Amino acid sequence: MARIELNEIAHSYMAKPKGESDYALKRIHNVWDDGSAFALLGPSGCGKTTLLNIISGLITPSKGRVLYDGKDVTELPPEKRNIAQVFQFPVLYDTMSVFNNLAFPLRNRGIHETQVKKRVLEVAEALDLTPFLNMRAAGLAADAKQKISLGRGLVRSNVAAILFDEPLTVIDPQMKWDLRRKLKEIHEQLMQTFIYVTHDQVEALTFADQVGVMFEGEIVQIGSPQDLFEKPEHRFVGYFIGSPGMNFLECTLEGNVARVDGAGIVLDEQIAAKGHRARGKLELGIRPIYLEIHAESANGMVPADVRAVEDLGSYKIVTLTLAGKTLKANLPEDQPVPEGQVWLGFPPQWTKLFADGWLIK
Amino acid sequence: MEKWPNNKAWFLVIPVFVIVAFSAFIPLMTVINYSLQDILAPGQSVFVGTEWYKEILSDYRLHEALWRQFLFSGLVLLIEMPLGILIALAMPKRGWGVPASLVTIALPLLIPWNTIGTIWIIFTRPDIGLFGFGMNNLLGIPFDHTASSLDAWITVMLMEVWHWTPLVALLAYAGLRAIPEAYYQAARIDGASAWSTFFYIQLPKMRGVLTIAFLLRFMDSFLIYAEPFVLTGGGPGNSTTFLSIYLVKIALLQFDLGPGAAFSLIYFVIVLSFSFIFYQALLRVGKGETV
Repeated sequence: MARIELNEIAHSYMAKPKGESDYALKRIHNVWDDGSAFALLGPSGCGKTTLLNIISGLITPSKGRVLYDGKDVTELPPEKRNIAQVFQFPVLYDTMSVFNNLAFPLRNRGIHETQVKKRVLEVAEALDLTPFLNMRAAGLAADAKQKISLGRGLVRSNVAAILFDEPLTVIDPQMKWDLRRKLKEIHEQLMQTFIYVTHDQVEALTFADQVGVMFEGEIVQIGSPQDLFEKPEHRFVGYFIGSPGMNFLECTLEGNVARVDGAGIVLDEQIAAKGHRARGKLELGIRPIYLEIHAESANGMVPADVRAVEDLGSYKIVTLTLAGKTLKANLPEDQPVPEGQVWLGFPPQWTKLFADGWLIK
Repeated sequence: MEKWPNNKAWFLVIPVFVIVAFSAFIPLMTVINYSLQDILAPGQSVFVGTEWYKEILSDYRLHEALWRQFLFSGLVLLIEMPLGILIALAMPKRGWGVPASLVTIALPLLIPWNTIGTIWIIFTRPDIGLFGFGMNNLLGIPFDHTASSLDAWITVMLMEVWHWTPLVALLAYAGLRAIPEAYYQAARIDGASAWSTFFYIQLPKMRGVLTIAFLLRFMDSFLIYAEPFVLTGGGPGNSTTFLSIYLVKIALLQFDLGPGAAFSLIYFVIVLSFSFIFYQALLRVGKGETV
């Protein structure tokens, strides 16, 4: 168990990277506390796996240092780092039984056979693998195979951290839910550092206390699921988290009023003042759940047209157009949706202003 | 079920019937036919039943040739399989070295078989051959494949290994390249040694291609003809007379078509049954329950 520190990490897969675009990881500077459950969330190709492989030592970063409990391990290979990693697709030693698969990482480190047996039985019990222990790993179903991979990650009790690289991709939805809960339980028991990479926001937000959102080789925000939802620091976080994602409208500022093609939306005065000083493209952002829809006009409201209503059972998604731009709003199931022209309310505390993609706060 | 009224679709199968008939069935039936008759002159033959089979099966020269053949194929497999795997493991994985080594290794496979025999005759000649001259004159070890049985065997084995190990190496290399990177990564995380990685990942993952390599090498080496025929002609004495060389002696040089046909069929049955046994055994390796 250890505190994992990434010091100014950057990585390029090219031998001689020229510009910033040649880097798969641009600049990662971050500390993960001992015993925390951490998730890294981001779309495919954002550098999540590269970052994980740098932590485990499968890749040596082009720049920067990796520290475990203050000790520099940047140049050490994974077998010398005392770290466990579970991969996206099940990796099995086909010719071995399930028991031997789970025992493999322990035996390679010369651990005494009685201790090996104890640990393997514990892990098998936790993952419901006990009935399969004497069977060959090769003949099992995909989810059992992935559980064996997970088990090999969990079996060593003294690792600095366990890294999970989208481990539930091959598992079907119901089993996914069970396994995720199982992993969370195991984390609460062991209090080991878990770093969990995924592109599935539900997985990340339910698994981890702290979620880092990655975008084009950078961690754009780290926070609790609530922070990510309510205070997205970057337009990408707003767009990627939540379903549907945040609404964005390009705007100009006049005093504390944001102008969107003629329509005026009142902003928080301090934010508006900072917005005047900010450089770059200005955008308004509001989560669909905070957008108010009224049939009658009132002070500060903006006219819009209802285009479509999708009823999802527990809530409705309303598609609107405002000055030629499309917006989405979430409405509770019981609230009626007016047809044709409606009036939109933008509550100032939930209406965010972004300059060049970054939140003004 | 009602019978389909229009049976014209059967015509579409005719090409297959014709091809199979000419490529396999008719030649095989001809051989079976010959093997049951004593052909005295063209158009003049007597049905002799299993006589030729009895004669051939009790022919001590055939027994010798058969054991020689088993020894040869056994040695071929014992040397070429591990050597091919070792070469594949040592080959580069990326960069310009990949095409360079692939082409270099594949070269012996592109040379006509008769030419290979000729190359090795010259290569091992004591007077002008690089190998023969080196052995006799530089190292002082007398070496002449035309005079000594052992030297003839060594030469035939060297030639065979040089000629066919590349096939095993190429197949093994293809198998190695097909292993996903994640397996190697997992092995590093699990702290596996190079030996464990080979034994638990690479070897099991290569099982399919190695089965094919094993069967191909067994069948081809069991049927070997052109190269030793050119190189030693089966000598000195009968020391390198393998089954096919002996068969040609009977069937074409002595023109004993009946015994030759019986021999061919026995030969065919041996190759077929051993290939079948090996295939079944290799399928089972790594498939049964482990303890």
